[in-house]
Amino acid sequence: MPSVLKKMPSWLVALPLTLCLQTGLQAETVARYGISMADIPLTTGQPDRGAGAYQFTGHTLYDPLIAWEANISTRPGKLVPGLATAWKVDPKDSKKWLFTIRKGVKFHDGSDLKASAIVWNLDKVLADKSPQFDAKQSAQVRPRIPSIASYRVVDDYTVEITTKNVDALFPYQLPWFLIGSPAQWEKLGKDWSKVATQPSGTGPFKLDKLVPRERADLVKNAAYWDKTRIAKTDRIVLVPIPDAMTRANALLNGQVDIIETPPPDVLPQLKSSGFKLVTNVTPHVWPYHFSTYPGSPWTDIRVRKAANLAIDRSAIVKLLNGLATPAKGQLDSTSPWFGKPSFKIAYDLPAAKALMTQAGYSPSKPLKAKIIIAQGGTGQMLSLPMNEFIQQSLAEIGIQLEFEVVELENLYLHWRSGAKADMNGGKGITGINLGYVTADPFYALTRFVDSRYIAPNGVNWGGYNNPKMDSTLDTLRNNFDTKVQDALLAEVHQTMVDDALMLWVVHDVNPHALSPKVQEFVQAQHWFQDLTTIRMK
Amino acid sequence: MWVYILKRLLYALPIALSVTVISFMLVYLAPGDPLNAIAPADAPAEVIEALKSAYGLDKPVPVQYGLWVWRALHGDLGTSIASGRAVLTEVMGAVSNTFMLATIASLMGVCVGCVLGALAGYQRGSWIDKIATTLSVIGVSIPHYWLGLVLTIVFSITLGWLPAMGAGPGGSSEWVWDLEHLRFLVLPAVTLCVIPMGIITRTVRALVADMLEQEFVIALRARGLSSMAVFQHIAKNTAPTVLAVTGLQIGYLMGGSILVETVFAWPGTGFLLNTAIFQRDIPLLQGTLLVLCMIFVVLNLLVDIVQPLIDPRMGRA
Repeated sequence: MPSVLKKMPSWLVALPLTLCLQTGLQAETVARYGISMADIPLTTGQPDRGAGAYQFTGHTLYDPLIAWEANISTRPGKLVPGLATAWKVDPKDSKKWLFTIRKGVKFHDGSDLKASAIVWNLDKVLADKSPQFDAKQSAQVRPRIPSIASYRVVDDYTVEITTKNVDALFPYQLPWFLIGSPAQWEKLGKDWSKVATQPSGTGPFKLDKLVPRERADLVKNAAYWDKTRIAKTDRIVLVPIPDAMTRANALLNGQVDIIETPPPDVLPQLKSSGFKLVTNVTPHVWPYHFSTYPGSPWTDIRVRKAANLAIDRSAIVKLLNGLATPAKGQLDSTSPWFGKPSFKIAYDLPAAKALMTQAGYSPSKPLKAKIIIAQGGTGQMLSLPMNEFIQQSLAEIGIQLEFEVVELENLYLHWRSGAKADMNGGKGITGINLGYVTADPFYALTRFVDSRYIAPNGVNWGGYNNPKMDSTLDTLRNNFDTKVQDALLAEVHQTMVDDALMLWVVHDVNPHALSPKVQEFVQAQHWFQDLTTIRMK
Repeated sequence: MWVYILKRLLYALPIALSVTVISFMLVYLAPGDPLNAIAPADAPAEVIEALKSAYGLDKPVPVQYGLWVWRALHGDLGTSIASGRAVLTEVMGAVSNTFMLATIASLMGVCVGCVLGALAGYQRGSWIDKIATTLSVIGVSIPHYWLGLVLTIVFSITLGWLPAMGAGPGGSSEWVWDLEHLRFLVLPAVTLCVIPMGIITRTVRALVADMLEQEFVIALRARGLSSMAVFQHIAKNTAPTVLAVTGLQIGYLMGGSILVETVFAWPGTGFLLNTAIFQRDIPLLQGTLLVLCMIFVVLNLLVDIVQPLIDPRMGRA
């Protein structure tokens, strides 16, 4: 210690130090975020609990090779470089993709990112004989990267991934695949349960504290490689509050600053108390997915179109207190893949009745159909009231619906099994109501219309089989020009709508309520959100 | 007395065994797939099959049961499918949170119930009796979920006196017994205490009213004993029944109220059960049910053992 300081009374030295420390502590900005999940999603690398969980413990702690642009709200995001600065298809073999790995990136534990780490992470979820294989993480991501056949390190900063077939849409699968630190796993005794509490990625946040089912503290990674995405808040506290009313109460009481999905009934109170409601176009649709197998009443396109024309969607939006937008197809009409369908979905009761008359039905001679629905759950919005609304609307044009109500988990079983399965077709079920994520080409379109994905091989639930559509999809998979891809995807969507493959009702708007203390929050048009955009006053 | 205790312990064994069978089998009755807890909804069949094998769910149910009981006997309740954490750690953490809440709620319920019941029993037909009876009826009839919400709206949102949810500012892992943390206990404890309060009020009122008619009370009064001394005799005679009812109520509260713990996001057994049920997390559900049922069995055993200490006639019977 310098001699001058030694002569000073100790309290005089301590006081400014204490004041400095205190100022430093007070300067930490904290955003407390009430999330709708019952537990903190997995922190080991691949979050569980669906697409909506990636914003919390996925893209906060980790990065993918190719990222989704989630810090823009005014237009749909696009694929952007993540840990790969560039990617291209091998001109000699269209199944081989070469990724150039970003140099100078370090994991939170200080180890360097190299091509070997990417391959190690691929082994973690795809190679069940590898020592780092984790069944739980694998289950989350394996269905989302179905095209990968093999992979190898080319050099320290180049990785080659080979797909099973030529798949030009392969890059869209990669924002789901996140890269964790092999060194951290080694350091923690190769124990994934320890990694859960001390994870190490390359993301814009680090995990500071994890209390299962109660909170996770994410702190800013000031050394983050992407300087445009340095977090604007020092600490984000994630608080699981599964009950919507409790979340709203916690916000009103000042225990949290942001909540997901406020209950529609509380919106007027929140607004009148100075809280801000943020919504945006969201890749989600609430449909009835029809069976097109012989014997289903929905095989007649006139009936499918009539059903689409019989719903007053603005009334449903009103029922949801404005927390939805009317659907005109599988995608929102602002999507670049919406296309120009000739069948215009709107509320047109006379046209609907005319189509039903042509098909040989009327309210006095109704068509009967059984639809399986969930009593509620993620993505199902206000399931029961909305279904009752549809039931009454369709009764007006001579479609008599009967519901089989099950829990969401059970509905998934029915969904995976397909319309032809005994549990569906055998019980007379010819339609399923399940909220769909429509975030990328595969999730929004191809999985529902490709005849190769007819359940149980995929979730083409109703058995839609259109050779023309299959041919378009083949062209799409073999075309690496993104503009052509967009045009072909628009064609796919156009055909879906013109074929009235589903009864599309509304899109979710992913509402968030913010306290006046939140100065900025950019809500992307996606389920992936960028928490680095949160700025507190 | 020792024979009596031994008998009760022996009776508890088949009950415990039945509890394991029911805890294990009950969850298989519900429709749905436990793998939904870990696999995305659109996971292909081969991923589902691989997971079934990884978690031993491809084995016949009796084999799964045998393995489960064997591991449970060694203190291993398995691993939660959803979180990958040890079930025993998960359950014991939740049990300690619920224990804290249940103890406070039981104390409040028993104290208020005994006072109200005794007053009502002594003053049958009076306005005190009417108020106590009304309160007890409200206590047993009022929906917890509704009461919790109303209390939150009044005391958290409107008045801003108490927190609306959670188990302390830093979560239950940082719980300390100070005023700041106790504030988090008030609303859930008050919500939970109304049922035991109502039941105990009714029980004590009926018992006291009945005792007052008994000949021994008339004899005590005839011998010139003071009111307090008579009350002591009445209290002693009502204690075994009140104890039995209280034991049952604590047992129910230890099970955690799914609704109350969900409304207040209190990380107890009810909250844990709710999560496990909705995720079809079978190991977590089975482990939680087993621990809760065993707590219930042990509590009843304790009540059975303590009762004869208070009333020796029960031991002789």
